[in-house]
Amino acid sequence: MENTLIMSSSPHLRDKDSTSRIMLDVIIALIPAAAAGVWFFGFRALLVLVTTVFTCVASEYVYCRVLKRNITISDLSAVVTGMLLGMNLPPEIPLWIAAVGGVVAIVIVKQLFGGIGQNFMNPALAARVFLTVSWPVQMTRWTFPDTVSTATPLALIKGGMEAAEGTLPGYLDLFIGNVAGCIGETSKLALLIGAAYLIYRRVITVEIPAAFIGTVALITFIFGGDRIFSGDFVYHVLSGGLILGAFFMATDYSSSPVTRKGRLIMGIGCGLITAVIRLYASYPEGVSFSILLMNVATPLIDRFTIPRSFGGEKKVA
Amino acid sequence: MLFKKARFKGGANVPHYKNTAEVETVKMDVPAKVVIPMLQHIGAPCTPVVSKGEKVKVGQVIGTSDKFVSAPIHSSVSGVVKNIAPMLYPGGTQVMSVEIETDGEQEISEEIKPPVISNREEFISAIRQSGLVGLGGAGFPTHVKLSFPPDKNVDTLIINGAECEPYITSDYREIMENSWHIMCGIEILMEYMNFKKVFIGIEDNKPEAIKILSDMADNHDNIEVVKLKTRYPQGAEKMLIYALTGKKVPPGKLPLDVGVVVMNVNSVSFISEYVKTGMPLIKRRVTVDGPAVARPSNVEVLIGTQLSDVFQFCGGFRSEPAKVLMGGPMMGISQYSLETSVVKHTNALLAFDPGTAKLPPESPCIRCGRCVDACPMNLVPLAINQYTVKGRFDELERYNVNDCIECGCCSYVCPAKRHLVQSIRLAKVQLRQAASSKGGK
Repeated sequence: MENTLIMSSSPHLRDKDSTSRIMLDVIIALIPAAAAGVWFFGFRALLVLVTTVFTCVASEYVYCRVLKRNITISDLSAVVTGMLLGMNLPPEIPLWIAAVGGVVAIVIVKQLFGGIGQNFMNPALAARVFLTVSWPVQMTRWTFPDTVSTATPLALIKGGMEAAEGTLPGYLDLFIGNVAGCIGETSKLALLIGAAYLIYRRVITVEIPAAFIGTVALITFIFGGDRIFSGDFVYHVLSGGLILGAFFMATDYSSSPVTRKGRLIMGIGCGLITAVIRLYASYPEGVSFSILLMNVATPLIDRFTIPRSFGGEKKVA
Repeated sequence: MLFKKARFKGGANVPHYKNTAEVETVKMDVPAKVVIPMLQHIGAPCTPVVSKGEKVKVGQVIGTSDKFVSAPIHSSVSGVVKNIAPMLYPGGTQVMSVEIETDGEQEISEEIKPPVISNREEFISAIRQSGLVGLGGAGFPTHVKLSFPPDKNVDTLIINGAECEPYITSDYREIMENSWHIMCGIEILMEYMNFKKVFIGIEDNKPEAIKILSDMADNHDNIEVVKLKTRYPQGAEKMLIYALTGKKVPPGKLPLDVGVVVMNVNSVSFISEYVKTGMPLIKRRVTVDGPAVARPSNVEVLIGTQLSDVFQFCGGFRSEPAKVLMGGPMMGISQYSLETSVVKHTNALLAFDPGTAKLPPESPCIRCGRCVDACPMNLVPLAINQYTVKGRFDELERYNVNDCIECGCCSYVCPAKRHLVQSIRLAKVQLRQAASSKGGK
């Protein structure tokens, strides 16, 4: 009996939460917004989502298989990436382009950098930007409702408030999701339900989304109007991918800081870049770029936000 | 009592498993032999002062040291010294130990008489003679803790009854069974050590204990029982001081430096008994529990009793034990063999069956940051883990590795089940080696 006792370093207890449980929570939280997308954009949207989820999971499986690594698809992170990618695509995107996006997200952005926890950018967002640059026409063809080509609300404001007057959807349509846009970004109501679940389950903390959205609101309020302090910040908050990006993309563990302070910096940085792009650059939307830029800054933020230990003096990095 | 529950920042919500809370302490019979290690405290080991074949009595000194940070060791039994040799120690190393074959008479040594104490110096010296070390689990010699200069402004005594580790109920049982001794011990300490204010901190999952001591403390203006939020590691010294006084003990400093002394309820209670009887520290209460134990109990055990005898007394094992711990599941030390013995700071013995002993496999860190939120010392365990695994010990200096109290919260909350505390321990060793090799050049 003597040598059958297990020796191990303390602690000898572990919480029951696991990586796959966290990923399952994210999937649960994404379902309302995905369902709303299918409801508003129709069956085509479902096809896109199925395509991206399938290609993400399949490419992770094949990659691990070919390199003789442990097959990691059971941690469900590839499903999350697939859902996020699909939700970031326009509903009429050709399915083969969506599939290319799935492969890029998993193989190039995630696995080549070491797999889960190692990707330096959000895989779904990086793939989305890759697709936007590669197939700009297909990636910005917004059809809504049913095959009527239209522009997104943000593109409308970009064209000039006056010119857009009359065609701009109201706050309520923006909130519910009855507007043109990517599959999963339009219904703010559904996204907020999912976000509340994630916060309740402690999968994400509020620092990044609060700082992100707050900064966008503040800047667009100050500089977004004809005069200073007259911008329609509610419109900016409810438009585009801000809510989806702030709660579901910028909070990606691998590519965001680990301390509360670092997360605040990340959120403020995302908000600043988004607002500047929306107000002054040639693209109508800046959420994706802002998150990717702050993703790249994450190692630096982590390095400069090492906390003081309890009762300790400030350490210089 | 405070209205707001006192607490600290961070920590983890660990299960309580206080199965033995209502199980009254039972006294274990004298075992056939005891093995008493000469190191049962933090500090210098003792040298045996008995020889092979010598007859010893209960309470007789069998090991001493002339070093300041040390505590004498007494025989817990009467009998004959069979062997003096290095033997397996609960920490996993070999330590010089005295093996005594008992005669069952428990004849008390003539040396035993109540100490004569009339001032602070005599009190501290009596505490040293008693062999008392921190009974909460750390085993720091109590007389060292009390030997601060009288002009140093140390006016607060904190009595630790938090008992935040799962399973363990030995502090709780002390409060339920010996509250009078606890209060007497506090009075003695106040008298000789000049403490102006006493806090007794107890987690709010022990309402009965809070009530008993609150009722007794009502007659004292300077003793306050504080209800602490139940959260691990509430009983860690620095967290406890912060929750009760709002003071932060800086890294590398002692509670003394913020004017506080912290003592476990069992230690205080022992002081009261010792001052009355003069019987040194030769026994203690041990919580015996865990899924593999047939009859979970609180047992009064003679120091030096081997683990196998203690488990035997609790009905043996209900299933094959796969892991045996000395201490709680968060900070306890896994035992290689049941031949090791109960020492002064053994507060619990836990046995796990194969199902509960096995830890889930490690998977890659997902950088969720839960370990950062859980760390009561504000460290970044995931970064320390990553640099340690990669052998980048040069990078570790920024991460305050040595401030880690090894409470285990980070490993507990980690969804990827990474061995965070283990890697921090490794990092500490590596940094120490790097520092000493640098010093040598």
